[in-house]
Amino acid sequence: MTADKNFLVGVFDNEEVLLDGISKVRSTGLKIHDVFSPFPVHGIDDALGLKRSRLPRAAFLFGLTGTSLALTMQIWMLGYDWPMIIGGKNFASLPPFIPVTFELTVLLAALGMVATFMIVSDLKPYKWPRQFDVRSTDDKHVMAIDLALNGGKSKEEISRILKDAGASEVNEKNFE
Amino acid sequence: MQVTSSVRDPLVTGGKTVKDVSHDISRHVENKPPRSWWLALAVSLVVFAYGLYCVCTVLWHGIGVWGLNKTVGWAWDITNFVWWVGIGHAGTLISAILLLFRQKWRMSINRAAEAMTIFAVICAATFPLIHMGRLWLGFYWALPLPNAFGSLWANFNSPLLWDVFAISTYFTVSLVFWYIGLIPDFATIRDRAVVQGNQIRAAVYNALSFGWQGGAKTWMRYEAVALILAGLSTPLVLSVHTIVSMDFATSVIPGWHTTIFPPYFVAGAIFSGFAMVLTLLLITRVVFKLEDYITIYHIELMNIIIIVTGSIVGIAYITELFISWYSGVEYEGYAFYNRVQGPYAWAYWSMMTCNVISPQLFWIKKIRMSIVATFVLSIIVNIGMWFERFVIIVTSLHRDYIPSSWTMFHPTMYDIGEYVFTFGLFFTAFLLFAKFFPVINMAEVKSIVRSDSEKVGHSSHVEEEVHA
Repeated sequence: MTADKNFLVGVFDNEEVLLDGISKVRSTGLKIHDVFSPFPVHGIDDALGLKRSRLPRAAFLFGLTGTSLALTMQIWMLGYDWPMIIGGKNFASLPPFIPVTFELTVLLAALGMVATFMIVSDLKPYKWPRQFDVRSTDDKHVMAIDLALNGGKSKEEISRILKDAGASEVNEKNFE
Repeated sequence: MQVTSSVRDPLVTGGKTVKDVSHDISRHVENKPPRSWWLALAVSLVVFAYGLYCVCTVLWHGIGVWGLNKTVGWAWDITNFVWWVGIGHAGTLISAILLLFRQKWRMSINRAAEAMTIFAVICAATFPLIHMGRLWLGFYWALPLPNAFGSLWANFNSPLLWDVFAISTYFTVSLVFWYIGLIPDFATIRDRAVVQGNQIRAAVYNALSFGWQGGAKTWMRYEAVALILAGLSTPLVLSVHTIVSMDFATSVIPGWHTTIFPPYFVAGAIFSGFAMVLTLLLITRVVFKLEDYITIYHIELMNIIIIVTGSIVGIAYITELFISWYSGVEYEGYAFYNRVQGPYAWAYWSMMTCNVISPQLFWIKKIRMSIVATFVLSIIVNIGMWFERFVIIVTSLHRDYIPSSWTMFHPTMYDIGEYVFTFGLFFTAFLLFAKFFPVINMAEVKSIVRSDSEKVGHSSHVEEEVHA
């Protein structure tokens, strides 16, 4: 049995049961593949022991790139490449460069962060996701357990753990 | 876990379950649209076609067909540009600023408001592009690309160039923010289509949802992205109308050369934007039967924002008048005397009535809670805000320093036609959005609906306690 093929899927009716269930399942030593929810559940990251996202840092770095690009561009163009007297001001005077610098900072931070998010989360328009249970975008929370990674326990045992954790139903899901 | 006071009114009424939310919102995408939708689309398309004819005429003959003259070189085009950009601001305020302030009532109105933002910014952008005369060269002129006749660059000292960057950044970031919000909802529609056996719809909405699954880690990242986009959009939206106001404020024209322009324009933008959100949502909630999601409570809160921003705008008008007298600058004084008393006084007093007096009616709770009154006032506010821009622009220009160059501005059918064009564009886009996209953010509303339903269930119980 290879990993990422055969799963047991526990269906939870609401987020309180789910959060409670996650800690119950994890306390038995079972590894959770992922939990799919129709909306963001607060506290699920702690319950699953997920590390904080580093996307804010990526956004900051993209923003910094935008700031430096914008300033370099404006100072080089109007200060060095083709100096022009505009209203008798300095060729490279900083204050009028601030608006464009700000806008490009925001633009690069936003686009860079969203692109990073798309890439790390593997979101792409031509991908058909593996659906563990189609109700996970409607009203159910779905917990997937990879059978290959939990080889120590039998299917029946895992199924019982999920039921005890509050799952309203447990289904088997196999991907080719 | 967030704690919400049990005293607060529920945001979603009718005791909806999570499943009801999916059903109520998705069914508009799945079902055939009501007859009223077709009728509205037909009217919008006719208006759009007429406007397109006028725009094509302007492009063919040049902007000489407009009513501009040597003295008034800017009139309806820039008025309409500022008006549309201002309308866009409410969408970002709702989705970004209210997110940072954790105002949950934004959840059922942010999707439509952001859509309005995007369409309004597109409408706004058409005006400067067409005013360039040869709009196919617009990007080449406006962006910092080396000039064909030498390596001249764009002038970064000009607020008009700042506008290019501000508006295009604002458009891009709003679009991305809106689309990120749509992704999980597209996945909901896809999965419903899978269950219903509609393979084409499933494939289309899967592509639109970027193969969204809603895993725990993805949701966590998604929330981080939404929060930072909100944090970025907040100063962005304030910067946009600030920079738009600098188109005027950095010039030395009496009536334009004013330091209060940036905050005054931003308040005015939010004021008119909320009015447009109300106009659109009051219709949408009836046509698509969304009264349980966009409740009278939402309408009241938006009306309160209209009172606040309307009052800020009113104070700004009075401050401007006072300062023009108090400064002792003759030209400044005359510019305002001419606004109040001159040939465009009718525009000035329309603006004062619509923007300063009419929103004050919302202090009366009965008016604030009345759908008909809100609808009428929302339209009056937007008429007033159009006049505000017209007054600022045309009355400051038409009486130049030398009386021999004094003129009046008279719009031609092409000035009017281009404005009509943007209405056709805006409403066509909004109607298509309302049919093919989920008009309410399902994922966000689902996260509050359970506690609300419990509240609705408990409400009789609370009353009992009060009576006891």
